[in-house]
Amino acid sequence: MSRRYDSRTTIFSPEGRLYQVEYAMEAIGNAGSAIGILSKDGVVLVGEKKVTSKLLQTSTSTEKMYKIDDHVACAVAGIMSDANILINTARVQAQRYTYAYQEPMPVEQLVQSLCDTKQGYTQFGGLRPFGVSFLFAGWDKNYGFQLYMSDPSGNYSGWKAAAIGANNQAAQSMLKQDYKDDITREEAVQLALKVLSKTMDSTSLTSEKLELAEVFLTPSGNVKYQVCSPDSLSKLLVKFGVTQPATEAS
Amino acid sequence: MECVFGLVGNDFAIVAADSSAVHSILVHKSNEDKIMILDSHKLIAASGESGDRVQFTEYVQKNVALYQFRNGIPLTTAAAANFTRGELATALRKNPYFVNILLAGYDKETGPSLFYIDYIATLHKVDKGAFGYGSYFSLAMMDRHYKSGMTVEEAIDLVDKCIMEIRSRLVVAPPNFVIKIVDKDGAREYAWRESVKDAAVPSA
Repeated sequence: MSRRYDSRTTIFSPEGRLYQVEYAMEAIGNAGSAIGILSKDGVVLVGEKKVTSKLLQTSTSTEKMYKIDDHVACAVAGIMSDANILINTARVQAQRYTYAYQEPMPVEQLVQSLCDTKQGYTQFGGLRPFGVSFLFAGWDKNYGFQLYMSDPSGNYSGWKAAAIGANNQAAQSMLKQDYKDDITREEAVQLALKVLSKTMDSTSLTSEKLELAEVFLTPSGNVKYQVCSPDSLSKLLVKFGVTQPATEAS
Repeated sequence: MECVFGLVGNDFAIVAADSSAVHSILVHKSNEDKIMILDSHKLIAASGESGDRVQFTEYVQKNVALYQFRNGIPLTTAAAANFTRGELATALRKNPYFVNILLAGYDKETGPSLFYIDYIATLHKVDKGAFGYGSYFSLAMMDRHYKSGMTVEEAIDLVDKCIMEIRSRLVVAPPNFVIKIVDKDGAREYAWRESVKDAAVPSA
């Protein structure tokens, strides 16, 4: 019965569902996960890199975290080729806004404009939806630090802590338990790494399988997006006790 | 002929404009308000071709309102000025508007500000600015008497000095002026300086 509606992105099934959109969300459930945590003095993004093959050249830059503008970054879960398109439109939108107003684009507006694009693919026929969820971390002068999550349907919402990708429900419930409102950025990093270490399939957490990025304000008051280097990430993992010191691996 | 000028004070900005609508040598009316209240905390004073002036300032006003409805936050004065400049610059190479604009506003973070935007899409942030034939006199007066951090009384006194100078030195001086102010409490009309009133029309 439902198969008649399966292949059509733009038509509701008799139960009132859009199957293609639900399948797209399903696809994200298999992707490497990402966690975002909002803290008093910044936003933390942590992502799991799926190592598909030993022979694969590990990219020197980040593969899950993308800087969209000086004050906004995002973490991706889902089909990377789809994500690249969306990230490109987001960057264009951000620059267009700056061109028009000579001011950085408010974070929610950026998220909304991207979700409008996503929504379009669930309504106008002949196309499949984007198989991507995003976590957006950013800062603007109106609402300070913000964290948003978006899904393939074009829905978005603001969160204090959120998880996307594989095992996101388990991660989300752990975050719900351990999150405190007055958490600092360092504690947020610790919490994100702890949650990811428990929800990831692999037994030992290493810096090769992880990415950590932060958005915060410098003492001079400028927004900064900073990606944690593998070395300092390894040190953090040891410090927070989520992995053993690298003795056997060398 | 046209006189539009403005200045930034301690925690407010003031703009003044003549209120004459003229065609050739003829005065059509002398109570034309050339300063639009753009939104709750912005004033846009414009001189130039009167059709363009009304069309363009309303266009900016409606776009600023649309932004606020869409996003739930107002544009800052600087953002509105850059938007206005952008629209003028785009139109400039197609079918240009002949309008010169003084945009005054008050923002919580940055306080009062004044922007000078002319019809060829120049944008300057200024403490004092003027357009039209009256600018020769009002700029001179403000060069002499303006200081930063003026009180409302001092600023109005300076505005009156400018108006007096225009009335006494400009051959084609307009009779009436309107003065508007914007501060933390919002944008509003401050006063009129009228030397003639439009004659009342007796009923038939």
